Amino acid sequence: MPNNAQDPTSAPAKLSAAATVLRLGLIGVVVLVSAGAFAYVGGWLSPDRLTQERMIAGFEAVNGPHPGFRRNHAKGICATGWFDSSGKAASLSKAAVFAPGRVPVVGRIAFAGGMPFIPDETATVRSLALRFLPAGAEEWRTGMIDLPVFPVASAQAFYDQMLASKPDPTTGKPDPAKMQAFAAAHPEFVAAIGIIKDRPVASGFANTKYNALHVFRLVNAAGEVTPVRWSTVPVDAFAAAGPAPASAGKNYMFDALIAEVAEHPVRWRLMITVGQPSDPTNPTLPWPADRQQVEAGVVTIDKLSSEDDGGPCIDVNYDPTVLPPGIELSDDPILSARSSAYSRSFTLREGEKGEKPPSAVTPQEVRGGGKS
Amino acid sequence: MSTAGPHFSIPSRLLHWLMAVLLLAMLFIGAGMAATVSDRYSLLLSIHRPLGIAILILVMLRFANRLISPPPPLPDTLPPIQRLAAHASHLLLYALMFIMPLVGWGMLSAGGYPIVLYGPWHLPPILPQDAELYAVLRQSHTVLAYLLFATFLAHLAAALFHGLIRRDGVLESMASLAVEK
Repeated sequence: MPNNAQDPTSAPAKLSAAATVLRLGLIGVVVLVSAGAFAYVGGWLSPDRLTQERMIAGFEAVNGPHPGFRRNHAKGICATGWFDSSGKAASLSKAAVFAPGRVPVVGRIAFAGGMPFIPDETATVRSLALRFLPAGAEEWRTGMIDLPVFPVASAQAFYDQMLASKPDPTTGKPDPAKMQAFAAAHPEFVAAIGIIKDRPVASGFANTKYNALHVFRLVNAAGEVTPVRWSTVPVDAFAAAGPAPASAGKNYMFDALIAEVAEHPVRWRLMITVGQPSDPTNPTLPWPADRQQVEAGVVTIDKLSSEDDGGPCIDVNYDPTVLPPGIELSDDPILSARSSAYSRSFTLREGEKGEKPPSAVTPQEVRGGGKS
Repeated sequence: MSTAGPHFSIPSRLLHWLMAVLLLAMLFIGAGMAATVSDRYSLLLSIHRPLGIAILILVMLRFANRLISPPPPLPDTLPPIQRLAAHASHLLLYALMFIMPLVGWGMLSAGGYPIVLYGPWHLPPILPQDAELYAVLRQSHTVLAYLLFATFLAHLAAALFHGLIRRDGVLESMASLAVEK
């Protein structure tokens, strides 16, 4: 390459054929290496890498294709109401939502899993997703489930466990050998399942405690950081889950919730567990039981609506990394995994509106007070 | 247009190389974050949004700068087809650099996401919340990113072709460190 800037009016010396080929080859190599680096980063050269696409394809492989539905937490209804902040969490976080006062809430109550028409069962994991919308301030989204700990500690383990527990088409049950192999390779899963199996299972959606499971960092006005976990604890009294009534319809748990909300609002206390810096951010590990609890306020749900009735939760991606200033992510890898996979699911389902069949819980069911 | 000399003005060269670095970083961050479920995702996303807005501001500065100090003319010896390719690819690069951040911003607006730059610094939505619009914009963001990267490769190859094969001063007009105008 010439070292001096050339006078553009004077023609350079002619290149030999060999030099021309060599230089063209060099240009080709530079372009190919650039394209290759881009392809590598984009995952095209690593078919085994767990990408968002593969994660969502895994959900579809296990649950079947359900266009227009969330790939996870597919069966659910919209729930709206408000949050009355006690102001007690304001010393921990500068987030506007924790200042004393009332904030509108748009939520969603659902079953975990990617099957939008699965019959209600108390054994299925339940979820409560909430979107807090303080006026003139940043919103906060959180998705909680009724497990005390998360069963896996990484996106890869989540994916492997999902595929290992896929029912065998011949027996209709997961292949025990695959689950045993997964368990053997994941002692943290075995320990978490032990805790999960021992949990009290409530009879319905309204008397269930929902846990965010992840560790977040609250930041107060002075810049002090506190690791926390949070849960919503039902105001309704706990009643243990029993066998489904003989007359139970496919949506009997949703119908019970609809009937209850038709009579009176349902409430949960938002409890913030204050951690120590040494407490684990691994979501499979519980925190010591003696950690201080702060009641940040009360979530009230006074209205439910079907997803097919213009429910306000339909086009909301309950991405747990949508946080206002004053709440920050921890290094829990499941947070990024959820955010990235939800993003992919959201893009797919928002593009499939025209193909979506009616949701399991219909507008008539919700408006009629829950009797299908 | 100009007989002043073979170089782009110093502001033009600064803007070009600054944006080259930012844009390449942006394309790699984008491709990487769209293909990962790892804990890098949230970090990459938090860089991607403010970087996109920085590029949007810089490209507007660049439009203004281009009006103030137009680029030096291409050599007269350049065949018309290469001249056309040069102008068309530059137009495409400018268009994509301008449109990509707007599609990203619009897509977050239509998807109902808060548009976080950093901490309390947020942008207002530029489109109403609309599911189908979101889906279209999100797909467009990907397709346009591939097109932008392909155009960048063509730009890179053409620059090297000027520098190594034609040796007509075009590469030096941008790649020179010379201080004269």
